[in-house]
Parts: sequence; C-alpha cells; structure tokens
Amino acid sequence: MSVNRREFLKIVSMSTILSLGGVVSISSLKNHVEASQISRNAKALTAKRWAMVIDMSKFTSEEDYRKCIDACHREHNVPHVTDNPKHEIKWMWTDTYEHAFPGNEDKYLSEKIKHMPFLLLCNHCENPPCVRVCPTQATFKRKSDGIVMMDMHRCIGCRFCMAGCPYGARSFNYKDPRPYLDESRENPEFPTRMKGVVEKCTLCYERLAHGLLPACVEAAKEVAAKKGITPGLIFGDLEDPNSEVRRVLNERFTVRRKPELGTGPSVYYII
Amino acid sequence: MYNGGKIIIGLLIFIGLVSFPFLYSGGKATAKPDPKIDTPEILSMPEKERKCVESKAFMKKEHMQLLNDWRDWVVRDGNTVYTNAEGKTFNMSLQNTCMKCHSNKAKFCDECHNYTAVKPYCWDCHLAPKEKKS
Repeated sequence: MSVNRREFLKIVSMSTILSLGGVVSISSLKNHVEASQISRNAKALTAKRWAMVIDMSKFTSEEDYRKCIDACHREHNVPHVTDNPKHEIKWMWTDTYEHAFPGNEDKYLSEKIKHMPFLLLCNHCENPPCVRVCPTQATFKRKSDGIVMMDMHRCIGCRFCMAGCPYGARSFNYKDPRPYLDESRENPEFPTRMKGVVEKCTLCYERLAHGLLPACVEAAKEVAAKKGITPGLIFGDLEDPNSEVRRVLNERFTVRRKPELGTGPSVYYII
Repeated sequence: MYNGGKIIIGLLIFIGLVSFPFLYSGGKATAKPDPKIDTPEILSMPEKERKCVESKAFMKKEHMQLLNDWRDWVVRDGNTVYTNAEGKTFNMSLQNTCMKCHSNKAKFCDECHNYTAVKPYCWDCHLAPKEKKS
C-alpha cells in the first residue's frame, strides 16, 4: 500500500497532536499535585501595596541614618566596597535635597534643608521602569503586594534596569562581593550575591514573609525609642485607608521623588 | 585491499586513543561517592524524625527539580511553606532548611557533584554552613 503525501501529512499531524496532548496532561497533573503542597506562612504580613513614609524631622544626627542603613546592609549581606565609588553597592543611602529632588531646588532654600541628608531607597514604584526594560524578568513587580522584586537567579547583568531606574536605586556587582563582607558580621540566614548581578532593596520580602517588619523600620523604631519620640520610618499598606501610612499621609504634607516621571513611587517624605 | 597498511595503522592509533582513558586508570573505576548524612544536627534528632522533606528515593532523583521549584515559589510567588506527602510543613530555604540538617556540604553535596562533574552555582550566593572540625 502506498501512502500519498496528503495521507502522510494527516498521519504525522494527528500523531503530533496526540503526543503533545499526552505531554500537556502529564505536566499539568504534576503541577496540580505540587501546587497543593505549598502555601504562605500564616504569620506573614500582607498588604495590597506596601509603602513607606520617611519623616525627616525624626532624624537629627548622622548616626540615626547610619543605624537604619547599617541594619539593612547587615541583614542582607550588602558588601562595603570602598576602593572604587562606581563599584559601591547600596540598598539604602543618603543624599542631599538637590540630588534627591532635582527640579525642586530653590536658590534661597533654607540652609538646613539644603544640607540635610535624605534617606533614600528603592521607591517600589507603581509603574516601575526597571521591570519594563528587564529582558529576563529577573526584576518584577509582585502583584500581591506591589514590591518590586529581584530574582538574582535570573539576572544576567545586562544593567538595563540601572539605566531605566530614575532614582539610581540599583547597584551592579562588578566584582565578587564576598571579599568585601566582614565574615563576623554576615547574616547566615540571607545569601550574598555573585559577580555580575544587579541588586537593590527588596523591602525585606523575606522578613515580611515571616511576620517581621523591614530591618530599617525596626532600626528606626529603636532610634526613636531611645529619644522617646515616634519612629521616623512608617511602614504600611497604601491601599488600606485605616493603615498607619494612610493616617500620616492624611495628616501631613508629603513629597515624593520625581513624581513628574509618572513612575508612582511608594516612598513619601515629610520634610 | 588498497592501502591496507595505512588503514591498519590508522585503526590501531584509533583503538589506542579510545582505550587510553581505560588503560590509564588501570581498569579500575574511580571510588564511588559515599555521601554522609551523619551530621551532629541529624544525629541529635530522635530516630523516627530523621527524615528529609520527602522520601530518600525522591530526594535522590528529584532534589534538583525540588530546589528549582522552591526557589521559584519563594522568590517569585511569595509562598514560603512546603507541605510534604506526610503533611509536615517546612520553610522552603536551601540555606536555612536544607543546610541546617545537612551541615556537611563537602561530604553531602560536593562528593556526588564532583563525581558526576556537576557544578551547580548555588554556593556562589548561598552561604555554605560553617563546618565544625571534629
């Protein structure tokens, strides 16, 4: 029996469809079994969109800022690279008013504000440009709580996100960061990074998952407790009208960094 | 046979090259890996509770798939708790859950990975446990 071309194609296409169907049904079954085995931690802090308010009046000395930055950098094993300023890794840092809020500076700005260090971190934008430009989706915005996350496993170090971020919140590991870590101060609970990946503040997603507040917020609480004032970092859910963040935003006038760019930063400043 | 001499010499050289690794090792196989799970952390547990997150056979075959799934579930989906077939729950973390028990990375991970020449890059970022010298 000879098979003509039309019949041959029919047999090939049918058998391809059948075998594809078999593969799909097997893999979806596997996913189903595995998906039933994972869940969130019951203690995890949840929100629709995490946000932070930074009350500048609560920070009076260089040490107050240093405590928050230190807590963050220690918690996440952020290397302290000093030999080349371009290789610096920062998740949280300070800068002057004119650098933090360009376009808002004024010739007759008060000397105090002009020289005040502003605590800066990733703004966890509503419309993050870094996510849009990432070719591997290594940086992504979590739908559940609005955190702009980094997946270090997937980062290929192309640095498009660094070009995209208008806040300079991302750092690139030009060198292996391990030698720049103080072994006695490293946090064994959190990984380090490797050469060739971009890193940034992740709003302590790993602490939130275990029901803890971000490290900088806790440090700010300690600073405030010593002085007997309310903490300078207020953390909460922007979508919840009863949250602490919304209460503060309702009562005080706040500014955001570069709101004209339309990225929708989630970090608010009370000056 | 045309060019018989050349063909036979060529064949001999070929056989020599192919069999060189076997002859060089003296016909003996490299020692089989023997991963150890007798860490102080595991030994201090009651015998009944000395179980990994899944069965030994599953972990032997699927640990790479399991770890890959764990990383996606934790980092990308934000789910951090794993419930195994027996209903026991675990915090999904290589550095904090796996290595707490298997604190002997050299004997538990590296032994097989070296034998099979597999080089996972887990430890470029994740901190290996500080091994106690006893």
